[in-house]
Amino acid sequence: METILKITNLHKKYRKVHAVNNVSVEIKKGNVYGILGPNGSGKSTTLGIVLNVVNKTSGEFEWFDGKYSTHDALKKVGAIIERPNFYPYMTAEDNLKLVCKIKDIPYTKVYEKLELVGLLERKDSKFKTFSLGMKQRLAIASALLNDPEILILDEPTNGLDPQGIRQIRDLIRIIANQGTTILLASHLLDEVEKVCSHVIVIRNGVTLYQGTVDGITANEGFFELESENLEQLKSALQHFSQIEKIEKDENKLLVYLNNNLEPAELNSHLFKQNITLTHLVKRKHSLEEQFLELTKH
Amino acid sequence: MIRLLSIELQKIWQNRSSKILTIIYFLSLTLLATVALIEFEFGPFKFRAAESGFFNFPYIWHFTTYVSSWLKIFLAVIIVSMIANEYSYGTLKQNLIDGMSKKEFLLSKIYTIILFSVVSTVLVFIISLILGLKYSSFTETGIIFSDLEYLFAYFLKHVAFFSFCLFLAILIKRSAFTLGFIFVWFLGENVGHAILKYNILGYKHGDKDTVVIDWVKDALPLESMANLIVEPFTRLNFVKSVTTTVGANFKYNYDVQPINVAIVLFWTCLFLFLSFYILKKRDL
Repeated sequence: METILKITNLHKKYRKVHAVNNVSVEIKKGNVYGILGPNGSGKSTTLGIVLNVVNKTSGEFEWFDGKYSTHDALKKVGAIIERPNFYPYMTAEDNLKLVCKIKDIPYTKVYEKLELVGLLERKDSKFKTFSLGMKQRLAIASALLNDPEILILDEPTNGLDPQGIRQIRDLIRIIANQGTTILLASHLLDEVEKVCSHVIVIRNGVTLYQGTVDGITANEGFFELESENLEQLKSALQHFSQIEKIEKDENKLLVYLNNNLEPAELNSHLFKQNITLTHLVKRKHSLEEQFLELTKH
Repeated sequence: MIRLLSIELQKIWQNRSSKILTIIYFLSLTLLATVALIEFEFGPFKFRAAESGFFNFPYIWHFTTYVSSWLKIFLAVIIVSMIANEYSYGTLKQNLIDGMSKKEFLLSKIYTIILFSVVSTVLVFIISLILGLKYSSFTETGIIFSDLEYLFAYFLKHVAFFSFCLFLAILIKRSAFTLGFIFVWFLGENVGHAILKYNILGYKHGDKDTVVIDWVKDALPLESMANLIVEPFTRLNFVKSVTTTVGANFKYNYDVQPINVAIVLFWTCLFLFLSFYILKKRDL
C-alpha cells in the first residue's frame, strides 16, 4: 500500500518541554487514522511539524515517499488545525478562491465544496459573520478544494454545539466513505472508534500504541456474571480453558477471556452444574476504557 | 511571481481600510500636481508656485521626488497591517498549511513592495513630466531627461523603507506597536545622535568625535534613506538669494550620493534577510 506520510524518530524540544519524543508513524493510503492523546500530549505539535508551521528539533518526516518538497506536498493535503483561520473581511467564496491560488488549482471546485458543506447560499457573506460551526465547515470545504490525498483534522468539533458536532461528524463519514485517507485527532473516542480503522495513542510526546482499532480493543471481551453463590460459580468456571482471570466486583464476577467463548455455551454448562445465573452480560472494553488504561500512569 | 502577486493583492484589495488607504495614497500623489496652482499674495510679496522655479527641468525631479516621498507613510501603514493581520488572523499559519512555502510568503510581500514602489515612481515621473512641460522654462530633451537619478533614489528609498516596515512588522507582529516603534526609532536616531553629539561628547566644530558620530548617524537606516534625496528648497535661486543676504550659508551637495545608495542597499538586504530568518525560525 502506498505510504502517504512517514515520520521517523521525530523530536521537538521547547526550552523545558520535550513535546514530541521519538515519534515514528507511517500513514498508509486509504486508512482512517485516529490520533488520541490527552491535552498537551504532543498531537498538535506533531501535526504542526509535518504541516510546516513548527520546526522540528531532530528526526525526519517524508510526504509521499519524498517525491515532493514539503510545501508542494502540502498542496495535495487538506488540513484543519485548531480554529478555522480565514480572512474575516473576505467572503466565503473569496477565501476559497485565495486558497485555490495558493494551491495553484483552478476555481472549478469552489461551488461544489461549498455545496458539500452546506454553505453555498452563504457564499457572498463575509467570513466574520459566520458562526463557529459555519467557520469550521468552511475550513473543511477549503481543505477539500484540491480533493486531497489525505485530510488532516485536529479537533474539528472543538467548541461546537451538538448540531455542529453532528454536521462535522456526518461530513467526516461522507469523506471517509469516498476513500480519502483521514488523520483525525480528537477527544471524542466513540467518534474515533466508529470512523477510524487505525489509532495512534500519544502521551507526553511518546507513542504508546499504534495499530488497528480492533487491535487496541483486541480482547475477547469479558463476562459479567451474578448468581446466588459466587464461590460455587467461580469453581464451576474453572472448566473453561478460555478464561484468563476472574475478578470479583461487589456481587459480580468479571470473567476475562483470552479466547472466544459464547455466552450460550457458558450458560448451558453452568446450568448443567445446577447454577442459575441472575445476570449475564458479555462486554468488550470500549476504546475509551482502553485509552484511559493506556494513558494512565 | 504573478501568482504570488495576485494572492497578495487580493488580500490587500478586499480589505476595506487597505483599499481606502491605497486610493488616498494614489489620489494624493496625483493631487501633488495641483501644487502648481498655489498662488498667494502677502502684502507686496507675490508668490506663484508655477513661476517660482519649482517646476524647471531638471530641478523638478528633485523637488517632486522629495515632496511626494512623505506620502509613503500611507503605504507603510498598509504594509505593516497586512503583515500584522496575517499573524492575528492566524492566516500565515493557514497559508503555510495550504502549501505556500515561507519563502513564497515573504516573496509575495516583497513583490508587492516593489510593485507599490514602481507604480509610485512611474506616477511621480508622469506627473513631474506633465508639470514640467507645462511650467518649465527649459524644455529641451537633454535637460528634461537629466538628473533622473532622483527617480531611482525615490524608488530605492521606498523599497528600503517598506523593507524596514516589513521586517519590524514580522518581528513585532502587532500593527500599532510596529508603527509606534517606527516613530520611536525615527526619534531615536535623531535624539540619540543629538544627545551624543552635544551633551556627551561636547560639540566642537571639526572635532574628531563629532565627525565620527555624524558619520554613524548618516549610516543609520532611516537617516541614510532620508539622505538619498536631500531637501531641495535651499537649492532654489530665490531662496539662495534670500539666505545669502541674511548671511546664512548652505553648503549642500544636492546629488544622489553613491555611498548613500550603497548604505541603503545594505540595509534593505539586511532587513529582507532578517525577515526571512525570523519567519524560518519562529514556530507558529
